[in-house]
Amino acid sequence: MAALTAVSWCWFLTLAIGLSLLKCLLITTYHSTDFEVHRNWLAITHSLPVSQWYYEATSEWTLDYPPLFAWFEYGLSHIAKYFDKEMLVIQHLNHASPATVLFQRLSVILTDIVFIYAVRECCRCVNGRKESKELLKEPAFILAVLLLWNFGLLIIDHIHFQYNGFLFGFLLLSVARLLQNRHLEGALAFAVLLNLKHIYLYVAPAYGIYLLRSYCFTKSAPDGSVKWSSFSFTRLVALGTIVCSVFAVSFGPFIAMGQLPQVLSRLFPFKRGLCHAYWAPNFWALYNAVDKALSILGLKLKLLDADGASKASMTGGLVQEFRHTVLPSVSPLTTFICTLVSIIPAVLCLWRKPQGPRGFLRCLIICALGSFMFGWHVHEKAILIAILPLSLMAVDNRRDAGIFIILTTTGHLSLFPLIFTAPEQPIKILLMLLFTIYSLASLQRLFRKEGSLLSWLEAVYLTGLVPLEVFCEVVYPLTSWQQTLPFLPLLLTSVYCALGVTYSFFKLYLSMLTEPEGMQKRKDQ
Amino acid sequence: MPDWSLVSLSVLFGLTARWAVSLNSYSGAGKAPMFGDYEAQRHWQEVTYNLPVEEWYFNTSDNNLLYWGLDYPPLTAYHSLLCAHIAQLINPDWISLHTSRGYESISHKLYMRATVVAADLIVYIPAVLLYSLYFSEGSSKKKVSTMLCMLLYPGLILIDYGHFHVCFPQHWNTYNCVSLGFALWGVLGLALGWDLCGSLAFCLALNYKQMELYHALPFFCYLLGKCTRKGLTGKGLTHLLKIAGTVAASFVLCWLPFLADPAQALQVLRRLFPVDRGLFEDKVANTWCSLSVLVKVKNLLLPQTQLKLSFAATLLAVLPSCIKLFVHPSVRGFKLALVTCSLGFFLFSFQVHEKSILLAALPVCLLISEIPFISTWFLQVTTFSMLPLLLKDGLLLPYIVTSLAFLLISITLLSALEQTSEEDLKLKQLFTRRRKHMPRFNAPLLAKSGYVLSVLCMAVLSFLSAALSPPARLPDLFPVAISLFSYVHFVGFLIYFNTIHLTEISSKKTQKKTS
Repeated sequence: MAALTAVSWCWFLTLAIGLSLLKCLLITTYHSTDFEVHRNWLAITHSLPVSQWYYEATSEWTLDYPPLFAWFEYGLSHIAKYFDKEMLVIQHLNHASPATVLFQRLSVILTDIVFIYAVRECCRCVNGRKESKELLKEPAFILAVLLLWNFGLLIIDHIHFQYNGFLFGFLLLSVARLLQNRHLEGALAFAVLLNLKHIYLYVAPAYGIYLLRSYCFTKSAPDGSVKWSSFSFTRLVALGTIVCSVFAVSFGPFIAMGQLPQVLSRLFPFKRGLCHAYWAPNFWALYNAVDKALSILGLKLKLLDADGASKASMTGGLVQEFRHTVLPSVSPLTTFICTLVSIIPAVLCLWRKPQGPRGFLRCLIICALGSFMFGWHVHEKAILIAILPLSLMAVDNRRDAGIFIILTTTGHLSLFPLIFTAPEQPIKILLMLLFTIYSLASLQRLFRKEGSLLSWLEAVYLTGLVPLEVFCEVVYPLTSWQQTLPFLPLLLTSVYCALGVTYSFFKLYLSMLTEPEGMQKRKDQ
Repeated sequence: MPDWSLVSLSVLFGLTARWAVSLNSYSGAGKAPMFGDYEAQRHWQEVTYNLPVEEWYFNTSDNNLLYWGLDYPPLTAYHSLLCAHIAQLINPDWISLHTSRGYESISHKLYMRATVVAADLIVYIPAVLLYSLYFSEGSSKKKVSTMLCMLLYPGLILIDYGHFHVCFPQHWNTYNCVSLGFALWGVLGLALGWDLCGSLAFCLALNYKQMELYHALPFFCYLLGKCTRKGLTGKGLTHLLKIAGTVAASFVLCWLPFLADPAQALQVLRRLFPVDRGLFEDKVANTWCSLSVLVKVKNLLLPQTQLKLSFAATLLAVLPSCIKLFVHPSVRGFKLALVTCSLGFFLFSFQVHEKSILLAALPVCLLISEIPFISTWFLQVTTFSMLPLLLKDGLLLPYIVTSLAFLLISITLLSALEQTSEEDLKLKQLFTRRRKHMPRFNAPLLAKSGYVLSVLCMAVLSFLSAALSPPARLPDLFPVAISLFSYVHFVGFLIYFNTIHLTEISSKKTQKKTS
């Protein structure tokens, strides 16, 4: 057994080191404004006292992450000064000297160690199959590749520039701890994560309910429902202490200084539009598209007033505020209610019949996807919150593997517009092909005995992405539509991908609601 | 996983590495006008597109040969012409006569890179694919590993995709993948037994870059040896005549526009072999440059004597292997002879450039599945020997990354470090025969420690030359140290490859005897 773990360490290290080397090659590639955002935060945390952090507004990229992340930047800034002191001056907007680029890129690559460790922990939770001797068919190996070499994470962190690897490290670590039934550590990791980036609040309901139900209640009734008498008060206190102390460390100083409203106003800006400049492939993209189609139809049939159907909305998306012409407009409250409605059944199901850590994982993914589908001003990057945990389930059973293929392919393709500079196009396409081919081939191989992963309709849909991409990248620039319909490629991509994401959302929901039978079947066997 | 997915993944990896390396040289763009290889390539497109064929190699009012004049065989010129026609469709400014000199823009750079990728995809990568899948040893997984290693060999990637703008004259350029790819197709043809196709492919390689002459002797000896085997009067003669016909025909085809006028052909030849450039340039890890640390041969002897001396030395170095190949023509021996001959040429011939080591690296790549330990070691040293050049290009980061990646995959995928027994090193025969005369020693341990020591030295030297500035009295300290270090290795490898080539067939005989 010891020899086996030594061997497994070896391949894992090879994967991780190989990946880090690839990341190093991408150091000089294009970086987005997020690069300047993080440089600015380095400067703010380094040169100002804590009390000023959330008030500073020289740059338009004000600090809008929770305090722990600010402290993280503070720590980084102490290394940054050895690379280039100029980047730590707030007034040096858009400072991007080679040393600055090197430092920022290296900081992302090195903090990814958290992610690599978390992936290792996740791989441990996967039970190997006895019949396969080949490493390439080992679920743990496949999972490691799917997580480490995730296309979205690679291009967002190492080309576009963000610290998602580091953050997802905490998320996966907490998931792994819960899978290992080390609830307190899992809760700690998640509390830290929440204080690093608050977008993960979307999946907090799954955590809250699961910990309450499966940790604070020590026993279930025979039919799987709650046994109220088994409530353990000490466990609740332990859990509460851990979570609250993390929040106290993070927000405490700001509460003491009376700055909490200011901090919160920075964290939750509601001035933005329903959709991001480029529509994330979610329900609202479909909604907008239907609205647009109806308005065009209305104009054609002379049912609508030509002036009323605003010309501005034709270029839609370029304008932050999207005005609906036919369908009713959407307010933040509506999206909030929709999100809540979409996740409540899943959370309820988790409460009624927890089905162990796997049920929690499924609920977490549904929460992430639900808020992605219906949330206000959702970024296309948020799809990763669903994709990465779903990788864990994909190597577990065939149905989830099929959902994984559809969700990752559409979700990843919808990230394409993030990288739009010409030199990076080949890299983007090559990395996407690498990941997609690997995930398809390896998962199909893993579940070979259980039949095909995709139905023919799904396969046709996914194949359709190729002509779509060819049209958007090659054909479209040659046509005259470039002047008249500038938004067309983005619109097509996001609507087409939205179909796939929506489909996998419903399929996932269906699997959650029908899971008990599957579980029973397995037990019977 | 089915084979096709692993194969396509490896190819995708190779392409990703190539493109990622090419992105790294963008950083320096726009700071200084780009001259050197990049401008040379662009200028050739300009010349071949705008001027009639007769003027390509001549100094005319429209074609100043001193300004990056064409000094490659006709196939390179045709390739430039093809690229120029495509460039014309995209943006005529890139290749307009005179006015386009020193042209530089992001999209043009992308276009130039794309032409390299296209050439690589059409010529080199398919050849590597076929070779590693059909002619390398081991299981299917091992074959894919071999392929990945060959595709990720750092030297070729760095030179073809990273090295694009350096300001000093030299006799080499990008698109090495084309000439090396054609040579590889030649090897494939010979290995398959399709001698005519093989020689055709090799003729194309020769007509793309004259440096392919480094590989010419083994091709010649192998084919001649094979013909003599068949009997020089009967079957062998017709076979020989067929091969000769193919070679002549392919040469005539390539040189057709220049054959009408003998002056044309002579001028092309003069452009291809400029002997007035001196024994060596820069710091190169061959004998003459290393010797110059002790004796300045360049100043002591007349250029003509230098030429003769280097010719004699080269001939001596490659002769044993060639004779062996002629007497016992075998595919394995052919590959080994390719290594020894190109290495011999690199070490002793006249006017060698650092990048010529790629010609020796290609045949070593072919041996990577048979002798992984020595091959990967050799390939590491070749990349290292080009470090001074890469540093001038600002390619330090890609150099480190690709070298480490190559080390990683050679150790993990090919398990190079574990294959160090006498058997694996193909030295068993020699050792058992000479056991009485030699003291007993632990070959694997010796080999391994030598390897580790050598890699450590490379790491330290790389670090020193990148991080420190040399003392004022010895400005060339690090390049000289690097070239000396590599030279010692290359001599060692030359001896090693010669040994295993010369002891090879007899070992088969003894095997037969014992069985």
